[in-house]
Amino acid sequence: MFCCGVYGFITRKNLIAILISLELMLNAVDINFVVFNRFLYPGQMEGMMFTLFAIAIAAAETGLAIAIIVNLFRWARNIDIRDLNKMKL
Amino acid sequence: MEIISIFILCIPLFMFLLLGLTGMKMSHKLAGILGCLGMGTVLVLSYWTAFSYFFGDFYTAGGDRAALVLWNVDWLAFTQNLVIRLGFMLDPISAMMLIVIPTISFMVHLYSMGYMEGEKGFQRYFAFLSLFSFSMLGLVVATNIFQMYIFWELVGASSYLLIGFFYKLPSAVSASKKAFIVTRFADLGFLLGILILSFCTQTFDFIDITSCAVANYDAGVASFTGPFTGILTSFSGMTFLGASTLTWALVLIFMGGMGKSAMLPLHIWLPDAMEGPTPVSALIHAATMVVAGVYLVARLFPLYLLEMSAMNIIAIVGCITAFYAAVVACTQIDIKRVLAFSTISQIAFMVTALGIARPEIHEGLGFMASMFHLFTHAMFKALLFLGAGALIHAVHSNNYTAMHGLRKYMPVTHITFLIGCLAIAGIPPFSGFFSKDEILAAAFENHWFWGAWLTMVAGLTAFYMFRLYYMIFWWKEHDCAHHTPHDAPMVMSIPLIFLAAVSCVAGFIPFGHFVTWNGANYDIHIVGWVAITSICVAVLAILLATKMYIKENPLPDRLASTFNGLWTAAYHRFYWDELYMWITHKVIFQCVCRPIAWFDRHIIDGTMDGFAKVTQWTSWQIRGLQSGNVQFYVWIYLVGALALGTIAWICLL
Repeated sequence: MFCCGVYGFITRKNLIAILISLELMLNAVDINFVVFNRFLYPGQMEGMMFTLFAIAIAAAETGLAIAIIVNLFRWARNIDIRDLNKMKL
Repeated sequence: MEIISIFILCIPLFMFLLLGLTGMKMSHKLAGILGCLGMGTVLVLSYWTAFSYFFGDFYTAGGDRAALVLWNVDWLAFTQNLVIRLGFMLDPISAMMLIVIPTISFMVHLYSMGYMEGEKGFQRYFAFLSLFSFSMLGLVVATNIFQMYIFWELVGASSYLLIGFFYKLPSAVSASKKAFIVTRFADLGFLLGILILSFCTQTFDFIDITSCAVANYDAGVASFTGPFTGILTSFSGMTFLGASTLTWALVLIFMGGMGKSAMLPLHIWLPDAMEGPTPVSALIHAATMVVAGVYLVARLFPLYLLEMSAMNIIAIVGCITAFYAAVVACTQIDIKRVLAFSTISQIAFMVTALGIARPEIHEGLGFMASMFHLFTHAMFKALLFLGAGALIHAVHSNNYTAMHGLRKYMPVTHITFLIGCLAIAGIPPFSGFFSKDEILAAAFENHWFWGAWLTMVAGLTAFYMFRLYYMIFWWKEHDCAHHTPHDAPMVMSIPLIFLAAVSCVAGFIPFGHFVTWNGANYDIHIVGWVAITSICVAVLAILLATKMYIKENPLPDRLASTFNGLWTAAYHRFYWDELYMWITHKVIFQCVCRPIAWFDRHIIDGTMDGFAKVTQWTSWQIRGLQSGNVQFYVWIYLVGALALGTIAWICLL
């Protein structure tokens, strides 16, 4: 699942798709946390707590990213990442 | 006495801060009056201190005058023993200087009120005068050699500030730089001397050093390699380049004194320092600061007694300088230059007197004579300078070709200047005769050669002073139609009259009762034949000067053309300045600085430029990587992370 996310992040052209790939990677990490916590240290809850935090932060971050993308679209009428290279030297 | 001694140092410092920080908001008059009031208070307090020391009951068990340390505060501790302290020491010579410095300084403050009237930066001038007075007082009351060094540098700095007071004149600026650099160079020797001395004795304290030196001297170990006792033990048998370490330390310390007191190889700054305002020349470059070198040697006198070679160096340097400066003074045109060279010559007298002083000859007469001459010279030389200032004020020129025939117009200046000339020439009732006679007597007792040499220089002194006097006051004036010179205002005349009165009576002070090298009482007695010889020489010289200079005649010019080479050389001060210029420009700049500058520019700068160029080139090469394509960056990041992970994994396996 993580590798799917990485692949999508690198190859997609659409910013929304890139964002979805990013979420995919985060969720993969979350699942890893939960699973390893459950199997390696069953008596402790740190992994679970981390996951909860990560989900909350991911939600906020997604909101921010969507806002940026919307603004970019307004400015450039386009959300293709190949065309957004104005920051180049 | 402790409280008062603190005030003696603090009032001038406070005045400096007050006038320096808030002076621009004051009127000229207020600043001048404040400065004078401050100095007047210091004058009263230091007179009180000095008199209560001299007439109080401060004697050792043997009946000699004891040195008194009023307070001594730890300032900087290097090791257990090696501590720099700031303190206040009263002993015969510092008490004497406590009379000389405030007197001259107060007179100069008063005189400056008239002389500097209307000058731009009047408040700044008084602030600097206060700074100078503070540093000079701190110098003479120093309890240890390091405190002396600190104030020594402060004195140099304030002298620099005052010489360069007219900072718009290029000549004043270069003169101040010259004075500062030459004396700084000499102070390098002083510092090295302090380091050697304190390293070997493990103390900076004057009393520790001198009392140990006296004990050694009394035990009769004045020899080349010791064996010394007490804190001087580590000097025993130590030699460096063929001379004992103690000699090196003492000669290096004397080098600092040579710089400040303008002894021969390092004298070049003093004549140029006359670019400063004339009252400053009177205060700093005639009466107080330039005798700091003499004071330094006097302070460490018992230590110098242990090394006859150092004493001989001092005596020889003094003798040569005295003669050289007297010869040059005979040919100068600028009135202040003549006085400057005469100052050099007179200080050299004092230095020689210290160099030839031996405790076994008249109980250290030379030391007493040197201090006596310091005292009287400060008074009459300040008088002469202030008189010269009054003349310059009236005529607006330093050259006495512009001053002929002034005796009708400026009677007060004329009389006081004449008294100064008689005093420096050594004519009996005036103070210079007594002190100079003591020096000559001490010199004759040491060896007839020193005495004869110094008598000849004394004759030259009388000659050039009266040459100056006649040319200023007696020649027929050429052209004074545009304005008539007149006497200076009251505020300038009072210091002249006061100093002239002091110069008349100072010789009758029983100086031997107050200041001797070990504090023991000494009765001054005039040695008949020495006195008669010196009076005869002085009178002959004055008669010669009268013959040649009383009115304009071709005799001096004829003499000058007869001894053309000698006269030209003396007029150009025997080319010392040119020699220095040649050494600095041709030798140091061309042969040392040029290669170093080349090395700096090409090797060091080149290396640094090379680094910069390589960095720039590399960055141009790899700038293509920053494409602006985020996914490309992530790709590189991913590959890098995987590579690092792989490496870590391989390493762990």
